[in-house]
Amino acid sequence: MKGYRVTSKVLPGTRAVVEKSAANPARLSSIRYVALKVLSALPMLLGVIVVNFVLIHLAPGDPVSVLVGETEPTPEQLAELYQKLGLDKSVGRQFLEYVGSILRGDLGYSYVLQNDVLGLILNRVPATLSLMLTSLIVFTVVGVLLAIIVARHPKSLIDRGGSALAVIGYSVPAFWLAQIILLVFALQLRWFPTNGMTNSRYTYEGWAYFTDVLHHLILPASVLGMRYLAINFRYARAAMRDALSQDYIVAARAKGLPEKRIVFHAFRNGILPVITVFGLNVTDILAGSILTEIVFGWPGIGRLMYDAMYARDYPLLMGIFIFVSIGIIITNLLIDIVYSLFDPRVRLK
Amino acid sequence: MSMQDTPPLKSRFAVLYGNLLRYPARLRLDPVSGAALFTLVAMLLFAFITPLFFENVNAMGHESFAPPGPQHPMGTDDLGRDVFARFAYGARSSLSVGILAAFTSSIIGISLGAVAGFSQGVVDIVLMRISELFQVIPRFFLALLVIAIFGSHLIFIILTIGLLGWPEVARITRAEFLTLREREYVMAAHAVGQSTRSIIFGEILPNAMPPLIVAMTMQVSSAILLEAGLSFLGLGDPSNPSWGLMLNEAQQFLTRAWWMAVFPGLGILLTVAALNIFGDHLTDVLNPRLRGGR
Repeated sequence: MKGYRVTSKVLPGTRAVVEKSAANPARLSSIRYVALKVLSALPMLLGVIVVNFVLIHLAPGDPVSVLVGETEPTPEQLAELYQKLGLDKSVGRQFLEYVGSILRGDLGYSYVLQNDVLGLILNRVPATLSLMLTSLIVFTVVGVLLAIIVARHPKSLIDRGGSALAVIGYSVPAFWLAQIILLVFALQLRWFPTNGMTNSRYTYEGWAYFTDVLHHLILPASVLGMRYLAINFRYARAAMRDALSQDYIVAARAKGLPEKRIVFHAFRNGILPVITVFGLNVTDILAGSILTEIVFGWPGIGRLMYDAMYARDYPLLMGIFIFVSIGIIITNLLIDIVYSLFDPRVRLK
Repeated sequence: MSMQDTPPLKSRFAVLYGNLLRYPARLRLDPVSGAALFTLVAMLLFAFITPLFFENVNAMGHESFAPPGPQHPMGTDDLGRDVFARFAYGARSSLSVGILAAFTSSIIGISLGAVAGFSQGVVDIVLMRISELFQVIPRFFLALLVIAIFGSHLIFIILTIGLLGWPEVARITRAEFLTLREREYVMAAHAVGQSTRSIIFGEILPNAMPPLIVAMTMQVSSAILLEAGLSFLGLGDPSNPSWGLMLNEAQQFLTRAWWMAVFPGLGILLTVAALNIFGDHLTDVLNPRLRGGR
């Protein structure tokens, strides 16, 4: 059912390599493949920096007033900012210096919070990652398992139910689901805390700290997880269907292999699109986790961005944008590489 | 010559696109997709007719936080405003943003994709590189940044969402053009000396429409979600209540007035789910060869 979208959304790089395979079936070594992929990610990185640079310069008012916002920095800070932006130099020169400073890891300075942007972001990374990864791992596994069960019983009640759930998970705005779940499970039933990552009244250590965080984690992770579940179920179901109709499955059946082994055969090939699709949905998922963090007061990057937005802290907002973009580029790169390990065909050139 | 036999361009347009208009008969609706289509039509009618009956959506009433009842079917909010009236207005702005943003991204995407797929060469490479960049850029973050910097006017929100959505349409258009331009009927059109423009719009584009229609429904649903997310963060146009903006207002009164949060969210969920279900159904009907064994 989703075959169409899977094919149209195959990662650009991957497809190009596959297409070329017919012309010249010489195989690339793994190292060269990885190097090629890393090289092709560099223009993306440059593109993101260009977008940011253009935004700073297109914004109403001059770049300095945009970056400073409503704060009143000291004369020294202003002088330093003028010097760093190099507004008296040519635009090309300004751009080169901007690229240089980002490559050195300098994402700017937040005049609102009086701190280094990169440091502010890095402080929040553990919270965001712990939320995202927990939810990602748990609900991806659940989604794929559900798809495998369903693939053996097409058009059954569980198949229809799963599909309906997937459509809802795919269509529901993450922040609204967060509000409703908060309303029901935290405010009405009082099973879970409403806000934050830890109980601020106590300082737990060791195991108690872990269970406290876990207690706070369950609701936001479930909200986020609905999306992982939906996406993975959708694509894994379509992929399993596809894989189960292949000739080698017919052959395996003819050989009289037990059904479990047959499903495992199909699974190994059916899982591939799931990896790709995940890469393409990383950006959506990040947006969802930002919004979820805000509803649950989770002290991650999303919350940081929300506060930055209200304080008109543009250096921080732009820093987060660059940081997240780089994160996505790297994730996609890793996915390409993982994919090539699973399916050596894409390494053909 | 045979040139005389081909009907004038205009009527051929009518024939080709008329076929598209005849799709309703070929939609092969099942109960689920039928319900989805019905929901969409009902929501559209509701969104553009109901607001006409409410003169002032910001009219404050005497009673704040009134629960849903006969007077106020969806209750009232913190300022005593009728949630149902705001819901109706919200439907109008959310759907308008969704449709207009999808329209923007479709026009840009189809034009650029057509040029890339038809001409190939350097233009193609450059355009596809740019669209790859847009695929990895976190759309939501960029929209947020742009609107935070330039202000949250409705037109601006529509344009921003539209400008962020074109690469997907462009990729699909390009892929269709790449295969369709090699077909015999296109060669025939070249041979009888049709102009490039009439080949693109009269021969190739109508045949590329099926996947594009699906892509457009998906553009509408993702635009509605994106707008809702932005408005929820307080970046919506404050003079036009949208569903996302209502959810933003509801956040601080979650304990006191659940109805402020439940109804606008249901509106988004219903609309987006209906669009997604209908889009999936269209994929099945319009691209039977890609039906993954349903």
